[in-house]
Amino acid sequence: MPADLRITLLHDRHVALGARMVPFAGWTMPLQYVGILEEHAAVRERVGLFDVSHLARVTVRGRDAADQIRSITTYDVRRLAPGTAHYSLYCNDDGGIADDVFIYRLQQDRWLIVHNAAFAGPDLQRVQRAAGDAAQDVTAETVMLALQGPLALAMLRDTLGPAVDGLKLHACAELAWRGATVLIARTGYTGEDGAECIANGVTGATLWDALHAAGAKPAGLGARDTLRLEAALPLAGHDIDATTHPYEAGLGWTVTLDDARAFTDRPFTGHDALVALQAATPVRRLTHLKASQRGVLRAGQAVRTEDGGRTLGALTSGAFSPTLRVGIGMAYLPPDLARPGTRLQVDVRGRALPVEVVRRPFYRRPL
Amino acid sequence: MAPETLIPADRHYTSEHEWLLVDGDEATIGITDFAQDELGDIVYVELPAVGTSVTKGEAFGVVESVKAVSDLFTPAAGEVIARNDKLEDAPELLNQSPYDAGWLIRLRLADPAELADLLDADAYRREFPDA
Repeated sequence: MPADLRITLLHDRHVALGARMVPFAGWTMPLQYVGILEEHAAVRERVGLFDVSHLARVTVRGRDAADQIRSITTYDVRRLAPGTAHYSLYCNDDGGIADDVFIYRLQQDRWLIVHNAAFAGPDLQRVQRAAGDAAQDVTAETVMLALQGPLALAMLRDTLGPAVDGLKLHACAELAWRGATVLIARTGYTGEDGAECIANGVTGATLWDALHAAGAKPAGLGARDTLRLEAALPLAGHDIDATTHPYEAGLGWTVTLDDARAFTDRPFTGHDALVALQAATPVRRLTHLKASQRGVLRAGQAVRTEDGGRTLGALTSGAFSPTLRVGIGMAYLPPDLARPGTRLQVDVRGRALPVEVVRRPFYRRPL
Repeated sequence: MAPETLIPADRHYTSEHEWLLVDGDEATIGITDFAQDELGDIVYVELPAVGTSVTKGEAFGVVESVKAVSDLFTPAAGEVIARNDKLEDAPELLNQSPYDAGWLIRLRLADPAELADLLDADAYRREFPDA
């Protein structure tokens, strides 16, 4: 492993569990413990435990925090009630997507923002430009866990106590546990019910051990990627990036252009471009493709018309779906070829693999 | 470090992590325990049709795991006389039984003298101490 990679506070546990550690966005992270398929199935059928401490965590405090955060993000976070969270985007001035983020309003004047590890540096600068010293990076001294799967909430209740009850989707709460505070939020990146927990290093490690002992299966980045792709959740830097905008990515719902309260001094970054993009006729749309025959789709492979005559784009993500047992992927395609049922083909190393456009997500958890 | 993987002494090996078990002028080909462990869960296998002629050093097929694609290289020239069609429905046999149920193809060797270039189990272990 290169020496300049960061390790999470749970690194020794991953190594002791025999995880295959890989470099990822500046960190050394577990790719898998026993196998991606087994870990994927555990999350879909029971409960899986992820160390997601590589995600960057920034707190913002103060009476101006709501307006400051609003000035850099697409969703009008000022409408969030304390104890709730919302998915949002950082856009550039031209409306391109810099990162996708989760914003938690812990209390009226206390916020937490979770960034992707790959964009931690520029994202922190973005928050500091808006909020100055009120923004603090707490990534290094905290642990972030994701407990995901149909049994996740019951296990968290058994472990953390009845305060877990009543936590609605995308709600967050700070619980007292073993003399410390655990932030729990009913969020995730797998398409399953579950929660993410943030705590100081010692408490986070204790919580990892408790959940592991209770039967949660440690799961690595490999399963995290196949799970999120089945749920059609975009991966920043791949399915969404500075060359794509929220409307063509199907993320228009994260953009508030009609704020309930007027902008304080200036609209949020990217506002003017997004107003124009929303009004424009879309030229492409992030489209979901499912292979009609055996084969594995991979990012970068060319997507063509059914007869192979015209190249339409390239897959931004692709994988073998463990749940559907077939290749799945996403690509930006012209709207007239992005309708469900449209037959296309993907060039899989020279082989024309027939695919069909399907509705998102590829997998939806049973209610 | 992963626990040491199996390297049976009864067959030949290549630097591309294939094995070759010779029986007269025929040889069965597969991938090593180390290879399947490195690849992880294998979900797709593409093999040549029976009757195909293959050339030493050329790719004759592909295995794909959840995370990676890997070409299969022909350790010796010959004609494909059988292929393991069970792998189409059960590619996981490559993970579960790389030296037996997970075999890939059987070749009629064009020139058994080519086998002299291959590694034996000890030489393979020496070349890949992590295997």
